[in-house]
Amino acid sequence: MAEAAKGTENLPPDVPEWMKTPGDPAGSQPYGTPSTYEKNVVRHVPKNAAQYISAASRTPLQDLDGIITPNGLFYERHHGGIPNIDPAQHRLVLHGLVDKPLIFTMEDIRRFPSQTRIYFIECSGNPTYTKPYGKTASDLVGLVSCAEWTGVSLKLVLQEAGLQPEAKWVVAEGADAAAMTRSIPIEKCLDDAMLAYSQNGERLRPQQGYPLRILLPGYEGNMSVKWLRRLKVTAEPVYSREETSKYTDLMADGSSREFTFYMEAKSIITRPSGGQRLSAPGFHEITGIAWSGHGKVMRVDISVDGGKTWQEAQLQEPILTRALTRFRFPWHWDGQPVTIQSRATDETGYVQPTLAELVAIRGENSFYHNNAIWPWRIAGNGEITNAQA
Amino acid sequence: MRKRNWRAAPLALLAMAGTWSASAQERYGIGRAATPAEIAGWNIDVGGNDGSNLPAGSGTVERGKTVFAEQCASCHGDNGQGGIGDRLVGGKGTLASPKPVKTVGSYWPYAPTLFDYIRRAMPMNAPQSLGDTDVYAVSAYVLHLNGLLPADATLDAKSLSAIKMPNRDMFVGDPRPDVKIPACTKDC
Repeated sequence: MAEAAKGTENLPPDVPEWMKTPGDPAGSQPYGTPSTYEKNVVRHVPKNAAQYISAASRTPLQDLDGIITPNGLFYERHHGGIPNIDPAQHRLVLHGLVDKPLIFTMEDIRRFPSQTRIYFIECSGNPTYTKPYGKTASDLVGLVSCAEWTGVSLKLVLQEAGLQPEAKWVVAEGADAAAMTRSIPIEKCLDDAMLAYSQNGERLRPQQGYPLRILLPGYEGNMSVKWLRRLKVTAEPVYSREETSKYTDLMADGSSREFTFYMEAKSIITRPSGGQRLSAPGFHEITGIAWSGHGKVMRVDISVDGGKTWQEAQLQEPILTRALTRFRFPWHWDGQPVTIQSRATDETGYVQPTLAELVAIRGENSFYHNNAIWPWRIAGNGEITNAQA
Repeated sequence: MRKRNWRAAPLALLAMAGTWSASAQERYGIGRAATPAEIAGWNIDVGGNDGSNLPAGSGTVERGKTVFAEQCASCHGDNGQGGIGDRLVGGKGTLASPKPVKTVGSYWPYAPTLFDYIRRAMPMNAPQSLGDTDVYAVSAYVLHLNGLLPADATLDAKSLSAIKMPNRDMFVGDPRPDVKIPACTKDC
């Protein structure tokens, strides 16, 4: 028999080598990891961060399917590194404008009636307005991820202490080296806010706040304080550094918007997208993700002619409030250069704007809350690049 | 059918009343009372706008210069000009320009927030290691570098709360949705 060319020795008519000998035994990996052939599907860590204990890593959106982000690929943003917390020594203190200040162990927290919900979390600087813009979907909006969270409604925990009539805000504080502190309106705390201890079925990862985080669906990610150690009920916001000098949006006239909590509707095509290449003309499915901090995604439109005309994409069920929604659009590429893009509309009727439309109103210095449409340019050879770079 | 409904209705009402009282008044009895000492040790947040919960004590600009050199300068620069840490000084008048420089002096709306942040998170390699005197002192020094305190100043809860930061009145609420574009589908 002639020797097969390298790289084809496992193709028919030959018998693949992995059929000729038994594989690894069950349990050889007590905690499973992806195939060694998927080793490039990892979080993207910036190359030139000034320091890595206050930095971010990005979800490789262009390599993922569906709406759930695997726990190991969930985006990270830390302000004082990732603490390694012993849950037996972790406590949550609830005090301030309450009838009875309380302290909870993790066992206590898990005794409350539990709930499970699917929500996205998105960093408010995703991306910033700072050029040059990134090359891939991950570079641009990889600071969004989505998971199934289990925990307790924050409302139940607050009621356990008894809110006083003047209670208007809750100051959440993390047990990390940044002691991250944000003020949350009481309305949100009594609505869909939760204290989460599990993510996609297992306990939170340290990067996501193990053993306990607050989760504020649809709000900028920074407010979903990780490693939660303290909730202080107050009449006013605390005006912490992270809600005054950071996470405020500077306008062109020099004014700044504060307490800009909600992440507005957004979408991105993840396939085909920047850094990928179309192998040949013919059928290609366009797919991506859409989301809105204000509720459900109502529709996603696709343009395959540089924005001149738009057609409605199919939305994959389930379409959940404040979760990623997957969209699909069947497409035939004729091999000519083309620009493709997606545009989300949420249940409030809000339409995702173009970058030019955003900048016309907010200028280029607002840094946070850039939810612009992001077009991809496909060249005649199939190479895909950021059309707005 | 009718008879069954008649019998079920009062039960349903009772059940609803029970649910309501459990959510509004009854508690699960989970957790225990937090002691004043436990709360005091963790209750470190300072009201940025009014200086509430600032501790007793004081610190001088002069002492702050020494603390800054030892604890802060390696990241923020000898004179707060920035490095791997944020720039802390200058930038006044740049916020409406194409290249805004956001510093404590040019951007921060409230002075007590400086004390809060330094105490809880700085220096980055050893947060919560500075005593309140040194936190007051280094806060005073950073404010001095921004021309907001004289070189011979001593800072305490009252004087820190009284400082009006230059950019304080430039913060506004969230006006979104501010970009309202109809969804065009043809001839866009």
